[in-house]
Amino acid sequence: MSALEPTKLDQPRPSRDWSAADTGTAKSVAAALRRADLGDRLRSLALAAPLLVLLALSFGIPIVLLLSRAVYDPTIANALPQTSQALRGWNGTGLPDDAAFLALAADLRSNQAKGTAYELAKSLNARLPGARSQMLKTVRQLEAADRPPLEVMKAVPFWSAPGTWPVIESGTHSVTSFYLLSALDLRWNADGGIERVPPEQAIFVQVFMRTFFVAAAVMLATLVLGFPLAYLIASVPKGLAAVLIVAVLLPFWTSILVRTAAWTVLLQKFGLVNDLLLWLGAADDRLDLMYSRIGLIIAMTHIQLPFTLLPIYSVMRTIQPSQMKAAYSLGAKPFTAFRRVYLPQVFPGVMAGCLLTFILCLGYYITPALIGGASDQLISNFIASYVNVELNWEMAAALSFILLVFTLALFGIFARILGLDRLKLV
Amino acid sequence: MIAEAAALSAGSATPTPGADAGGQGFVEFVDVEKSYDGRTFAVTRLNLDVARGEFLTLLGPSGSGKTTTLNMLAGFERPTSGVITLEGRSVDRLPPYERNIGMVFQNYALFPHMSVEENVAFPLSVRKITKVDVASRVGRALDMVRLRQFGDRRPAQLSGGQQQRVALARALVFEPSLVLMDEPLGALDKKLREHMQIEIKQLHTMLGVTIVYVTHDQSEALTMSDRVAVFNNGGIAQLGSPDDLYNMPESSFVASFIGENNTLEGKVERISGKECRVALDGGGSVTALAVGVTEGAACHVAIRPERLKLAPASNGANALPATVDGRIYLGDHQRLLTKLENGQVLTVKVGPEATMGNGEAVTVSCAPNDCRAFPADAGTGGSISKTGE
Repeated sequence: MSALEPTKLDQPRPSRDWSAADTGTAKSVAAALRRADLGDRLRSLALAAPLLVLLALSFGIPIVLLLSRAVYDPTIANALPQTSQALRGWNGTGLPDDAAFLALAADLRSNQAKGTAYELAKSLNARLPGARSQMLKTVRQLEAADRPPLEVMKAVPFWSAPGTWPVIESGTHSVTSFYLLSALDLRWNADGGIERVPPEQAIFVQVFMRTFFVAAAVMLATLVLGFPLAYLIASVPKGLAAVLIVAVLLPFWTSILVRTAAWTVLLQKFGLVNDLLLWLGAADDRLDLMYSRIGLIIAMTHIQLPFTLLPIYSVMRTIQPSQMKAAYSLGAKPFTAFRRVYLPQVFPGVMAGCLLTFILCLGYYITPALIGGASDQLISNFIASYVNVELNWEMAAALSFILLVFTLALFGIFARILGLDRLKLV
Repeated sequence: MIAEAAALSAGSATPTPGADAGGQGFVEFVDVEKSYDGRTFAVTRLNLDVARGEFLTLLGPSGSGKTTTLNMLAGFERPTSGVITLEGRSVDRLPPYERNIGMVFQNYALFPHMSVEENVAFPLSVRKITKVDVASRVGRALDMVRLRQFGDRRPAQLSGGQQQRVALARALVFEPSLVLMDEPLGALDKKLREHMQIEIKQLHTMLGVTIVYVTHDQSEALTMSDRVAVFNNGGIAQLGSPDDLYNMPESSFVASFIGENNTLEGKVERISGKECRVALDGGGSVTALAVGVTEGAACHVAIRPERLKLAPASNGANALPATVDGRIYLGDHQRLLTKLENGQVLTVKVGPEATMGNGEAVTVSCAPNDCRAFPADAGTGGSISKTGE
């Protein structure tokens, strides 16, 4: 094999099949290659190690810890050790025996003594609305000690209500599906099956649907606006393209809070958009754009436009003009050429841009909080509310978990349709 | 992409003077001009006939207007003025997709998301041809370029030469009567290029299609073409067979653009019949064929290296004393750089056995018929010659 010898012209590239005589050499060559490969891989891994450690410490572990709260809540089990013991033999139907009542009374008193009663009350209340006041009332009566504990317990109707003991019993298991089910508006019924919560308590399914709807609407709007713009930028001369790109990126470089605030100014009842619509005669009266779904979608579309546009643009830029020329010269009319030659080639960029926008929209928080009305709050607003206001981190974790699962599933579907390697995000 | 909207058409009602009288021109350019900015012209006063079944090459340096000419014929550009006809019909209003012209691009322009078969089937499928027909014609087209077994590969999995053959099959599969090729071999290495030249030439002979071929490679033009149009500054400097262009260039531009050439500078002393006597700058004189020169004017004398001999002059040949200034060994022959007494340099093609050393005195001679004197200020741009017709 002389290096000077010209390779045979225009033959298919030789495939790498080693002839039998070469097998011994081939094996050792392959082994040497593998060793060299491994060394390279280890080196690059070592270079990336600080980042990986940082990611694990600041990102991976906290997320896992937080999300585990969705299914692991030991508060009740820790607070009610005797009750847990007493409920071991309970079959879960009807009321447990008096020993369980006595154990609960003892547990409640010891919590009061340790100062953890309030935390327990909150935790019970999250699963059993109204449990807080009932429990605190019972604790006060137990503390008074003018009657035997069993009598006190039986006197409060709450402890003998049909739904109470199953919830306490499930609370004594640290691992619970309660929050995850709640996040989907489901619950365990008295027979041990899963059922929907009554309509007046159902909320999250609707919020998830709303979140997906808004994300899809924004995705479509950015695609409809962004695709022609990307095409324009990709086809104009370089100088003009740079100006247009900056115009697209300028809002991108501005803080999302500032942009949202700007939209609250524009969308006011007496704001610029309404002024313009009236002046143009496009509307008869001032529209309620603020605190409305349409206002929310407008503002989110504006913020998301670069995310959809840039991947599309970066793919469009790689398509040579001769592609369309070739299609025309071969007899394809402009629309056919676009559909059969151009579109399939920009499709990975379109998918990437849409996916990026859709997933980012699922997590929108500030914009719906400031521009959306009460009925336009997305799932992130509820998660934030559970974290900051309700202090129910278990519920927040459960909602986050469901959102994460949906997002990953969606990403999986995209990747499946397209092949992950073809997904051109940049 | 396609500057159709911006193009100012001269109006399709313009009659085509001389075009019909010209006879069987398969493709005709009549007074075609193209300007992008309204001030400078990429193509000026272009008149060109292409005969049916001809292999015509547009040859020229970059920016000479050859690609613009091809693009106007393909329909990607519209002439600023003038008329282009295809089979006697003006194509002024015809978009590229209705011209039925096959085109091969320099970068192949294969569709990367389609297999080889789908690429070749593309022109057929947009023409609403039945599936069975498409399959058999695609098969034949791939057989023609010997790529049938690669039908299900993607273009990216093929070598450059194979990709270009797919592009050829795609441009030929719908049986266009005219095929345009825009530097199709420019991206290939030398060996492969020569190989593909032969292949394209064979396809041309076999199918009898008319081919208009654009290149800046003069050897490619000479190898493949029936006729070559040499472009310079937006116009045709000379149009003729490869033979004519090489042996009878009409300007010093053509003489030096095609093949290797020596240029001597001088002044025309007197013209007698076909020949003229040229006094070289710095001393000495030669007799040369007069090609458009006038007495007393500065001129360039063009001589091919292989026409020069290292021998004393005999029966009226030019003889110039010189010294050897260098020798380039090229295997089958050698190039001898010789310096004339007047300081001008001549390259002489000699056999591989020659062993002259630097500084050796030699006599360089050549017949007057092999020397061509051109006006020195020959404005080649826009001058339209009609040699060979």
